[in-house]
Amino acid sequence: MKTTGMVAGGKRLLAGNEAIALGAWEAGARYAAAYPGTPSTEILPALAQYAGVRAEWAANEKVALDAAVGASFAGARALAAMKHVGVNVASDSLMTLSYTGVGAGLVLVSADDPGAFSSQNEQDNRHYARFGKFPCLEPADSQEAKDFTAFAFELSEQFDTPVMLRSTTRLSHSKTAVEVRMPTAPRESGPLPPFEHKSRKYVMIPAHARLRHPEIEDRLQALAEYAEVARLSVHGEAYPLNRVEWGDKRVGVISSGVAYQYAREVFAGFSFLKLGMTYPLPARMIRDFAAEVETLVVVEELDPFLEEQVRALGLEVIGKEFFPATGELTLARVREGALEARLPVGGESRVSGARSRSKSQGEPETVQPETLKLDVPVRPPALCPGCPHRSVYFNLRKRKMLVAGDIGCYAIGVLPPFEEMDMLISMGASIGMAHGARQAGCPDRVVATIGDSTFFHSGLPELASTIYNRGVACTMILDNGTTAMTGGQDNPATGITLQGETTQRIDIESVVRAMGVEDLWVVDALDVKGVEQAIKDAAAVEDRPTVIIVNGACVFTPQFQRRAVVAADPEVCNGCGFCFRVGCPAILKSDEIDPKTKRPKAQIDPLLCTGCTVCLQVCPRKAIHQTSGEEA
Amino acid sequence: MKRGINFLFVGVGGQGILTASDIAAEVGLEAGYDAKKSEVHGFSQRGGVVESHVRWGEKVAAPLAEKGTVDYLIATELLEAARWIDWLRPGGTVLINNQRISPMSVTVGYAVYPSDEDILVAVRARTDDVTVTEGLVTAQRLGNPRLANTVLLGALSTRLDVPPETWLAVIERRVPPRYVELNREAFWEGRRAMGSK
Repeated sequence: MKTTGMVAGGKRLLAGNEAIALGAWEAGARYAAAYPGTPSTEILPALAQYAGVRAEWAANEKVALDAAVGASFAGARALAAMKHVGVNVASDSLMTLSYTGVGAGLVLVSADDPGAFSSQNEQDNRHYARFGKFPCLEPADSQEAKDFTAFAFELSEQFDTPVMLRSTTRLSHSKTAVEVRMPTAPRESGPLPPFEHKSRKYVMIPAHARLRHPEIEDRLQALAEYAEVARLSVHGEAYPLNRVEWGDKRVGVISSGVAYQYAREVFAGFSFLKLGMTYPLPARMIRDFAAEVETLVVVEELDPFLEEQVRALGLEVIGKEFFPATGELTLARVREGALEARLPVGGESRVSGARSRSKSQGEPETVQPETLKLDVPVRPPALCPGCPHRSVYFNLRKRKMLVAGDIGCYAIGVLPPFEEMDMLISMGASIGMAHGARQAGCPDRVVATIGDSTFFHSGLPELASTIYNRGVACTMILDNGTTAMTGGQDNPATGITLQGETTQRIDIESVVRAMGVEDLWVVDALDVKGVEQAIKDAAAVEDRPTVIIVNGACVFTPQFQRRAVVAADPEVCNGCGFCFRVGCPAILKSDEIDPKTKRPKAQIDPLLCTGCTVCLQVCPRKAIHQTSGEEA
Repeated sequence: MKRGINFLFVGVGGQGILTASDIAAEVGLEAGYDAKKSEVHGFSQRGGVVESHVRWGEKVAAPLAEKGTVDYLIATELLEAARWIDWLRPGGTVLINNQRISPMSVTVGYAVYPSDEDILVAVRARTDDVTVTEGLVTAQRLGNPRLANTVLLGALSTRLDVPPETWLAVIERRVPPRYVELNREAFWEGRRAMGSK
């Protein structure tokens, strides 16, 4: 499983995710699977371009990991990639994969999201490494992302363990220079060797699991020893995985990942212990480093994961009391912490007020930049012009339903002007939550809203449970023909694989019918009245589960049909504001005020309008009309 | 030793900020700097605020600049220039595409979009070096609103010690072949807007 010769291709800017894919390919990975999730999404599409790798979108993260496990047991190097919360879904397999160990190398990429830019929480997945007793690598830039990924496969095989490569949003989505070597010949993979039957290792019945557990403890000890000396070899040059950078010894900073980059600037000139492997830790290296410096500091994002382990070695350290455990670190937050801790760093605090650690996550209606007297309106995310979800939340609000939401663009339904979502917690949960609320006696009419990809991710067992338990909640499946929030990936309902093959398209309506749901409505998302009627009809059914499938292509899919833009007639519009309630970014308040209502009239931005006509359908005065298209 | 330069590209989801900042980062690398760029994908991109950091330097560590240290603030939308003005170092350069995109908070009546004058007064409180380009007008004349970003890049290029040919070479690599000529034109339009050739 060797890569062929490589020639220098020079430095290129690669995103962390692209670099991870390149590293996996250089290491000879033959199988990779993922479920799309920010910030991990781009890894698999990047890997899918390389010859010799089978790369797939799995229906969910557990399936992705399970398939990678199968490939690894069968002797192929395999990678599974997911966002931090995706690892929760895969964790059932992950915890026992630690016991079985691997066949060929297996790498799990966990892309965490400090700051929760596009996530429902900001959990720190390094805890999984300690929980599951397997190693965790944390690259600090794209070069390391590539190198560490390739190294992770070797580590996995050397210690018979899954390896977690932990990325974060700022690593995955930052582009930094990478020395790229291009192959001199296509990689030859050849056939896999015959399957090695090792049932005591691969079949985790209780008797086998009890035998494996002591081996896992021994492995962890051995890995901790290895952490003291581990070196990576990259294109013939070796460098240490964990390294000491001596400088001014008044301060010694222990750091890892992107946090190291902020610390490197703020603590310029001081000493560093830069950790590439953050579990298990090199205890001697840390003690020796601590002994040389006057003040020991740990700078890390999210939880005090390193700090607690350093303290457990009996060392005094400055950490989370000055560097926040919530949100993403920035240069300013690291500098602020350092200054507060009275460490001898340069610069001045730019964070106004007291400690920024407990900064409110709530969004104010306006932000006030410090240096100017201007209220800058917030710009929350909005459903795109032409979005098929618009008619759904408009109508749900109109019908005053209790809505259990799910993970996807349609979570925007909770924001103004809809404000029509009452619960949202995790992938697929909408259906179970709606069911539970009704079964417990909630008097409201409850609707679950879930997208096509999320339905196949984990909505299926939730709907099965509702049907089985004689549930009465209504499930609305919003089929927009893609996994939209993450940028438009294919899924089991689209009929196309990650590597572009045509495949069986799983028809959602047939699935729901096969599950025995007879009260089923299939409606066109751009038919506002039709959607409303289906919601009304479903609400009238009180003793059986109902399903409404709302079909409408996402504006970013090739199926979406742009039509002639609409325009509002200022002679007819009286500023009633009804069209503002569909929350379309293309509908603006014009400068013209209606003399009677004293309210601004509607104006439609022809650059943004897609001609979906939802606003035209809801306008009570018929002031909006379709143009001939010339205004577009 | 090359002096470090920080850029901050800001705008609204869907305006093509990520491509524009990609180009700026690649130009830095081509010009012999170390370069990093950083942005966020996902939820906020759906019509929300998009910001992308680009840093050039001898050796760049952090992928994000520090508030108050940005040398060039490039805004593809007026309001966003005001939102991010505190990130500019006093006296830094601001380039703005003259376009207003109404946030949902304004459409639903929770907030008011400030006047152009108020926005510019606020921005000028931080620096005198403010240019508003008619990128959108140029782009529409050339037939594609997305070209507004290339106009901005052209304007930006006049302030940096990198030959325009380097910028154009990177732009050509990044846009589909049939748009190369239009991008070229938009780029030169941006340079002319700054009184340069």
